[in-house]
Amino acid sequence: MNIEELEQIAESVWLENDKFDQEINVCMGTGCLSQHSDQLKDALAKAVTASGKNAFVRRTGCMGLCAAGPLVLVDPDEILYQHVNASHAEAVVASLGAEPVKELQCDLREHFDQQVHVVLENSGHIDPERIDDYIARDGYLALVTALTEMKPQDVIKQITESGLRGRGGGGYPTGLKWGTVAKAGGDVKYVICNGDEGDPGAFMDRSVLESDPQRVLEGMAIAAYAVGASKGYVYVRAEYPLAVSRLTACLRDARRRGLLGNNICNTPFNFDVEIRLGAGAFVCGEETALIASIEGRRGMPKPRPPYPAVSGLWGRPTLINNVETFANIAPILRKGAKWFASQGTEKSKGTKVFALTGKITNTGLVEVPMGITLRKIIEGIGGGVPDGHKFKAVQTGGPSGGCIPEEHLDIEVSYESLIQAGSMMGSGGMIVMDDTSCMVNVARFFIEFCMTESCGKCIPCRAGTAQMYTLLTRICTGAGTMDDLNLLVDLCGTIKETSLCGLGQTAPNPVLSTLRYFKNEYIEHIMHKRCPAGVCNMKAALAAEHGLEVLA
Amino acid sequence: MSKLKLATVWLDGCSGCHMSFLDMDERLLALAELVDVVYSPIVDTKEFPDQVDIALVEGAVASVDDEKKIKKIRAHSKLLVAMGDCAIAGNVPSMRNPIGPTAILERAYIENADEQQQIPCIVVPQLLRTVRPIHEFVKVDVYLPGCPPSADTFHTALTALVTGEPLDIPALTRFGA
Amino acid sequence: MSATVDVKTLVIDGENVSARAGQTILEVAKENGIEIPTLCHLDGLTDVGACRLCMVEIKGLNKLLPACVATVEEGMEVTTKSERLLKHRRTILEMLFAERNHICSVCVANGNCELQALAQSQGVTHVRLPYRNPELTVDASHERFTADHNRCILCTRCVRVCAEVEGAHVWDLMGRGIDTMIISDLHENWGSSSCTRCGKCVQACPTGALFDKSKIGADQPKNPDFLPYLNMMREAQ
Repeated sequence: MNIEELEQIAESVWLENDKFDQEINVCMGTGCLSQHSDQLKDALAKAVTASGKNAFVRRTGCMGLCAAGPLVLVDPDEILYQHVNASHAEAVVASLGAEPVKELQCDLREHFDQQVHVVLENSGHIDPERIDDYIARDGYLALVTALTEMKPQDVIKQITESGLRGRGGGGYPTGLKWGTVAKAGGDVKYVICNGDEGDPGAFMDRSVLESDPQRVLEGMAIAAYAVGASKGYVYVRAEYPLAVSRLTACLRDARRRGLLGNNICNTPFNFDVEIRLGAGAFVCGEETALIASIEGRRGMPKPRPPYPAVSGLWGRPTLINNVETFANIAPILRKGAKWFASQGTEKSKGTKVFALTGKITNTGLVEVPMGITLRKIIEGIGGGVPDGHKFKAVQTGGPSGGCIPEEHLDIEVSYESLIQAGSMMGSGGMIVMDDTSCMVNVARFFIEFCMTESCGKCIPCRAGTAQMYTLLTRICTGAGTMDDLNLLVDLCGTIKETSLCGLGQTAPNPVLSTLRYFKNEYIEHIMHKRCPAGVCNMKAALAAEHGLEVLA
Repeated sequence: MSKLKLATVWLDGCSGCHMSFLDMDERLLALAELVDVVYSPIVDTKEFPDQVDIALVEGAVASVDDEKKIKKIRAHSKLLVAMGDCAIAGNVPSMRNPIGPTAILERAYIENADEQQQIPCIVVPQLLRTVRPIHEFVKVDVYLPGCPPSADTFHTALTALVTGEPLDIPALTRFGA
Repeated sequence: MSATVDVKTLVIDGENVSARAGQTILEVAKENGIEIPTLCHLDGLTDVGACRLCMVEIKGLNKLLPACVATVEEGMEVTTKSERLLKHRRTILEMLFAERNHICSVCVANGNCELQALAQSQGVTHVRLPYRNPELTVDASHERFTADHNRCILCTRCVRVCAEVEGAHVWDLMGRGIDTMIISDLHENWGSSSCTRCGKCVQACPTGALFDKSKIGADQPKNPDFLPYLNMMREAQ
C-alpha cells in the first residue's frame, strides 16, 4: 500500500457515490438500533427500489443526537430526520429531490453548529464496516505517510507538539507517554487500546468503536510505529457486542488491505492487533488491572511505578491509550500539530467528546472544542433541562468525578479547571441533574458503584467505600448524625490519599463535591430529617424518633 | 477536698471487668480515699445519681433497656469511661450480630428449653437488632480496652483520671488483653 | 571486571542512610532500625502494596508512597511518622476491625496477632466506624487446620506463600470489593482441596484466620521467619 493506491481507492469510492443522486444515511449505532433502525434501513432500501429513485441507502455509525433516534441523514442536501421508523420509509424516499418531510425534520442548528468534529468527523457519514469508506475520507493517509516519510521520533514530536493529552481521564500528555515507551529498552513492546469504558452514563468510546473503528486502528498502528511495537491489543467490554463485531470486521479488512500485518507499506514495520474482551469490571479500565486482565489474571491493579511504559504487558514496555486518544492521532498527523494545538485552551488542546445524559433535552454524543463553557454544552448544545425543571448540577468524570453546580457553569472545559471545581474531565460522561435529584442520594449512588466495583485488593477502597456507603445510607434514611458526617469526611481523606489505584483515590470525589456545593442538603437530612428534593424516604427514622429501634 | 463520685455500670457484659476492678485488692482502699462509689452492681443504690464525676461502663448496648440506661448515665456523668472490650467494641455479646436476635432467642428459649418453650415478652428487655458499642449511642470520654483490662490497668488509669495526670492507654492495654 | 554497586543516599526521618539502588524504602528503613507498620508485607514473599499501612511521605511529592514497593532514590527525604500518616494508619486499622468479626478475646491468635498488635502500637483504642457484622463461614474441614473467614483481613499472604514458596497455589481470591473471599482451589473445602498440608499459610497468616487445630495462640506464636531463609537456601542450590 502506498499513497497512490490509497488515492485510487478513495477515487473509486467517490466515483461510486457520484452515481447516486442522493445518499440516505441511516444511523445504526447501538442507540438507534435499539429502536430498530436496522428494519428502517431495510424499509428504506425497499422503498428506493420500488420508487426507482437513484439513491443509495447506507448504514452509518452514531450521528450523536441519540435522544431523537433513529436518525436519518439525507445527503447531499444535509436534511436530518428524527424519530424515523420503518413506516416513514416511503415518505422519506418520496421526498428525495423534492420538499423534505416537515414533520420528521430535525432542525437543531444550535446543537450541531457549536460542535467541532475531529474524532467524530466520520461518524454518521461512513459505513463503519467498509474500510474503503474510511479511506475515501483520508483514512490511513496518516499511517502511510508516517511509515513512508517520517521517522518514529518525528511522529512523537508531532504528537508532543500537538499538546494532545490522554482522553481516558487522567490527561497525561500523550507525546510524553509515547516518548517514554519509545525510549524503553527491549525489542518486544506492546500497544494497548483501552476501550473498557465503565463509567455510568458514558458511551464515547463505544460510539467511536461502532462508528469509525478504522480510525482507532490507524491511531494504534501509528503509535506502534512510533514506539517500536509490533503487537497491539484492543481491550473492549464484552457488553459492547456491536463495537466488537465491527472491530472484528475492521481488523479483517485492514489485514486484507495490507494495512495490518507484516511489512506494511513495503516497510519493515509489522503490526497486528488482537481484541480482548473485558468482563465488565470497572477497575479493568485502570491500566495495570487491564494488563493483568489481558494476561489472563484477576483484574487487580498493581502499585506504580513501575509504569506500564517501562514494564507492562508480560513485563514488556507497553503503551496504553484510550480509544478517543487513538482516534485523535490520524487527524493530528494529517493536518499537523499546529492545527490541533490551535483549538482549545493553553493546557488542554483539541476537542473532547462528551456523552450527555440525565435530565437534558438532547441526550447524546457531542464533540466540543476544549475551553467551551459547561453552560454552552448544557444549555446550548444540550438544549437545557426539559419539562420546566431547574438545573441543579452536572456530574462530570463519572464516579471518579464530581458534581458541578449552576454557579460554576461558566468555567471552561479543561483538565485543570474541572479539577479546580472539584470534579475532573474523566472519560467524558456528563450527567445532568435537575431539582428532582437529591445530591446526597446521588453521592450514595456513585459510592455504591465504587463499592461494588472495587477489586478488593487494598483496604481503603475495599472497606472504606463500604463504610462510606453505610454512612450515606444512614443519612439518606434520616438516621444520620453530624458525627456520621464528620466521619464521612474523615474517611474521604484517608481513602483519597491511601488507595492503591485511581478507583479508590477518586471514589470520595462525588461525596466531597456534593459536600462542597450542597452541604445544606446533607444538613437538612441530618438535622431536620427532610430530603429537600423529596427523594429519600425518612419514614423509618421519623418512626424511630418516637420509639426506639427495636427488634426487626 | 470533697471526694469524686464514682459510678460503675454493668450493661451487656460478663461482669469480668468488675471482677478485674475488684482485683485491685488492697489498692481499692487507697482508691476509696479518693472517690466515693455512688452507684455500682456492688453497692445498693437503685437509681443512677444526678451528679457523677466518673462513670465506668462495662458491657455493650444490646437491649432497649441498655440504650435507655446509657443515655441516662451520659446525661448525669462528667466523665464516661468505656470499660473493657464489650463497651468499646461489642466483643462477645456482639457475636450474635451476624445471625440476628431472633435466631438467638429461639435457640435460647425454644430449642434449648425443656418446658414452656416461648420467647419472653415481659421482664426480659427487648433486644436491639444489633449489639453495639456504647460510643455509637453516646459520647465516650475514655476508652479502656481489654477483656478484661487488668487490675493494674485499672489502677493506673483510675489514678490518672482522679488526679488528672496524663494517661497513655495504648501503653497499658489493648483489645483482648 | 568487578561488579559495582549503585549506592543511593537518602534521608529517612531525619537520619542519613545509604542504600543499594533498587532497594525498597521499607528494606532500608528496617536495616536502619526505623519501624514502619506493615500488614500485607512478609519477608520472603513478593510485595503487593495492598494494606496501605506502610505509606510514607516523600518531601516534594504530594502523593504518599507505599514503602514496601517504592524504591529508594538519590536524595529522597522520607518521613515515616507524622500526624497525617498516623491518622490514615489508624483509620485503615479501624476499617479492618469493622469489616469482619474480629473478637480478640475469643481468638486463637489473641496475643500473637499482627492486627491486634498494630492497633495497640498505632493507638487505636476504639473503632469509630460502624461494625459491618457480616455472616461468614468457618472452614474446619481440614484435618490439621481451620480457616475462619471472620478473622481474615485479605492480606493475601497465604495466597502468595502457597503459590510462590510451596508452589501449590491452593489459595486464591474470589469475588470482589467488600465481598472478596479467600478460597481454596475452586472454592472447595480446604480439607478436600489440593492442599499439601505444609502449613506455610498458617504461619504466614497475620491473624487468627488460619490456625493450627492443635494449638491456641498462647501455645505457639506464628513463625513466618523461615521464609527468607528458605528462599535463600533455594537460590543457593
